[in-house]
Amino acid sequence: MRMLVALLALMLSVPVFAQSALPPAPYADRQIEDPALEKKARTLMETIRCLTCQSQSIADSNASMAGDMRSQIRERIMAGEEPEHIRAWLIERYGDWVSYEPTADPILWPLWAAPLILLGLGLLLLRGRIKRGRRA
Amino acid sequence: MRKLLIWLPLALFLGFFGLFASGLLRPDDRIINSKLVGKALPAFVLPAAASDRPPLASSELATGKPRLLNIFASWCVPCAAEAPQLLALRQAGVEIDAIAIRDARPDVDAFLKRYGNPYSRIGLDARSEVQIAMGSSGVPESFIIDGRGRIAYQHVGDIRQDDVPMILDRLRNAQ
Repeated sequence: MRMLVALLALMLSVPVFAQSALPPAPYADRQIEDPALEKKARTLMETIRCLTCQSQSIADSNASMAGDMRSQIRERIMAGEEPEHIRAWLIERYGDWVSYEPTADPILWPLWAAPLILLGLGLLLLRGRIKRGRRA
Repeated sequence: MRKLLIWLPLALFLGFFGLFASGLLRPDDRIINSKLVGKALPAFVLPAAASDRPPLASSELATGKPRLLNIFASWCVPCAAEAPQLLALRQAGVEIDAIAIRDARPDVDAFLKRYGNPYSRIGLDARSEVQIAMGSSGVPESFIIDGRGRIAYQHVGDIRQDDVPMILDRLRNAQ
């Protein structure tokens, strides 16, 4: 019984992440006043990967480092920087890994070609069907 | 042709099965290395993070002699575990500078009092700006900066006891 209680307690426990006690950076959780600029920042943040919680975007993550990245992105967009420039700056530091947007790297060519190949296969299949339908 | 095509679903299934099985069996590698290794350390000027240590600027790291730049935080548990190894490196004559991430001066002071202070200079990066500019993805991390101010090596995670000789070796080689 005691074992069971201990097991249950383990199942209910929440992993404790060491996080900074400092308040979040000014624009970590605050939108830019200009909605057009906020939209630009938001679109970029949704495609930048969080370094702490590696399968979340920084827009979704509660990690303090993601908050700092959000604030930095919003401030740089307010200062007139283009989102793609910020993305390139981050890729220069963390590699393609940090961006969810696929690049034109040769290793990704099959990915870009996949829709065309699938469409071609579909057309071939359709042609076969139509031919057979006529004969019947 | 048709006879061969019948085997296609099975072949696809086996292919995917193999792919997923190998993905499950391979240990998960979550270490993200900075792409700036081999390149110049980004320029920065930081305020002091501790009461009894001077602040840190990137210009002070290109002194003609390799130095160790440790990224830590008083709220980070592995950083406390790393402290004895840093003290050992300091005793071996290594100059260690540090950047405290998202920290406050009283907390840094208390941390250093409790775990020892191996640092020459400590800069305060309250909003992780320098950390992001360096391509560092967490705390603790240690960078070896060569005499010309370039990043020669990045160590992700805490320095364990058996890492110390390797760090000393790399420091010697990073002239």
